[in-house]
Amino acid sequence: MLDYWTVGEDVSVRDAFGRILVHMAAERSDWVLLDADVAGGTGAKPLVAEYPDRVMQFGIAEQNMMAAAGGVADTGLIPVVSTFGAFGCMRAHEQFRTAIAYPERNAKLCCSHVGLDVGPDGASAQMLEDLATMRAIPGVVVISPADANEFMKAFPAILAHEGPVYMRIGRSPTPVVFGADHTFEIGKATRVREGTDVTVIATGVMVARAMAAADMLAEEGVSVRVVNMATIKPIDVAEVVAAASETGGIVTAEDHNVFGGLGSAVAECAAQHRPAKMKFVGVNDRFGKSGEHDELPAMFSIDASAIITACKTLL
Amino acid sequence: MTDLKQIANTIRAECLKAIHAGRSGHPGGSLSIADMLAVLYFDVMNVDPAQPAWKGRDRFILSKGHACPSLYVALALKGYFPMEEALKLRKIDSFAEGHPDVGMPGIDAPSGSLGMGLSQGLGMALGGRHLGQDFRTHVILGDGDLQEGNTWEAIMLAGHKKMDTLVAVYDSNKLQGDAPVATQLNLGDVGAKVATFGWHVLYVNGHDTDALKAALEEAKTTKGKPTFIVADTVKGKGVSFMEGVLFWHGSVTMTDQQLTDALKELEHA
Repeated sequence: MLDYWTVGEDVSVRDAFGRILVHMAAERSDWVLLDADVAGGTGAKPLVAEYPDRVMQFGIAEQNMMAAAGGVADTGLIPVVSTFGAFGCMRAHEQFRTAIAYPERNAKLCCSHVGLDVGPDGASAQMLEDLATMRAIPGVVVISPADANEFMKAFPAILAHEGPVYMRIGRSPTPVVFGADHTFEIGKATRVREGTDVTVIATGVMVARAMAAADMLAEEGVSVRVVNMATIKPIDVAEVVAAASETGGIVTAEDHNVFGGLGSAVAECAAQHRPAKMKFVGVNDRFGKSGEHDELPAMFSIDASAIITACKTLL
Repeated sequence: MTDLKQIANTIRAECLKAIHAGRSGHPGGSLSIADMLAVLYFDVMNVDPAQPAWKGRDRFILSKGHACPSLYVALALKGYFPMEEALKLRKIDSFAEGHPDVGMPGIDAPSGSLGMGLSQGLGMALGGRHLGQDFRTHVILGDGDLQEGNTWEAIMLAGHKKMDTLVAVYDSNKLQGDAPVATQLNLGDVGAKVATFGWHVLYVNGHDTDALKAALEEAKTTKGKPTFIVADTVKGKGVSFMEGVLFWHGSVTMTDQQLTDALKELEHA
């Protein structure tokens, strides 16, 4: 049986990665993990310990790993490539595009160390561009789970999906939003809180912050809908249209540059199907810096208070 | 072996017809690999044109994807599709893309952006080993591939993992896009460098089909090491006005007269 975490607990999504890898190794024999000497950092260590024959080690050479994943997929095995966001999505971006996405290989890329949340490592490791760059590649599914439990649901779903997928993992402990009964479907958003005045469409670690912001705004009499947009591509058009037509505006919230990620995806959708007033909460086109995971959000205006401010401007 | 030489010559002739018809392409590097393709597809590799995606097939990757006109005509000669499809090179209604695309029957991996072919071949070999399949994977590399760091990452790991089902054939034709390799970024003794990473290295005349065949057979029986064949070649081989002439690297168009002259030479070769 797969153990899920309790709602409200602080859990690193990396722990979910390790747990679900071990579980799925027993469930399915048709996939392998490709690692570039960072299994300790991505959370994949339990798989390395329990199923070493399911791990292909590449050393610190992500370009080779990514292009090789295209070859592995050709044999019928599903490669699950795992590294830090900056190395998987930026250094090996062209290999992902040309050797995986272009030939429509059935390969998955799962990256930890995304957004500002890389611990005190600083800007070179902070990954504020992955949703934009991966979303721009034709045919790629882009997923950013909200918490450890949702990740555990999403991983089997991406293995079952035929085609290239990029999925964020995460790093620091983040509040569990969803219970064990949560259902995850690629391309389907989850309405985690009903509301009528304004909608916050959030992804990843920002979902818990959006919930906190909604609680605080409720005390002021503001009714906030919160939507977890776990799949950035393909985006859930119906849920964006519902937010645009049923509430007074949309605030997007992401641990990513404000350009090209969730906010852009929602705006593209709203502009075509149901224009809405919008505000974008994200890192405002600047590089990150060292700092703890609970210090950086306030400095870069991606905390609950930034979401509250954005919501108020739409009221 | 006359047979393989004849096939190589046919590849050259049809390749130039394709480039002429497509009004662009890379003749120099296409001509330098014709003998390798003849030996691989018509002697060494275990493939079935009727089942291009057969899981147990030997794999082939042309990492120097710009030389694909020769590969396309080799696939056509082997029976993957009619030759007329290869002659639709670079046309909008064709799968004969300007650089290899897996949408063409017989193409095992995309290439064109240099430096990714050996990694993809390594991935195939790793997958085969994991699945307990004994197919072999062949990758043709060009000088440009050896200037890309990605290729050296693959060289390191293939040696480290003793991937003896993997073979790289290095088309050392010594000219690249704008100038000689020695001028742009001299590669030195590539074979010696690769050997230090645990590969079995062989040196052959890349236009001698007997020597190529012998080297590829030796690779089959070499255990515990991938094999790297340094094939000494002439860019533009087989057409006197193209041999060793930088201009014909491409991408270039060929006039009707140039095609006629080239085909005449190849006929009498």
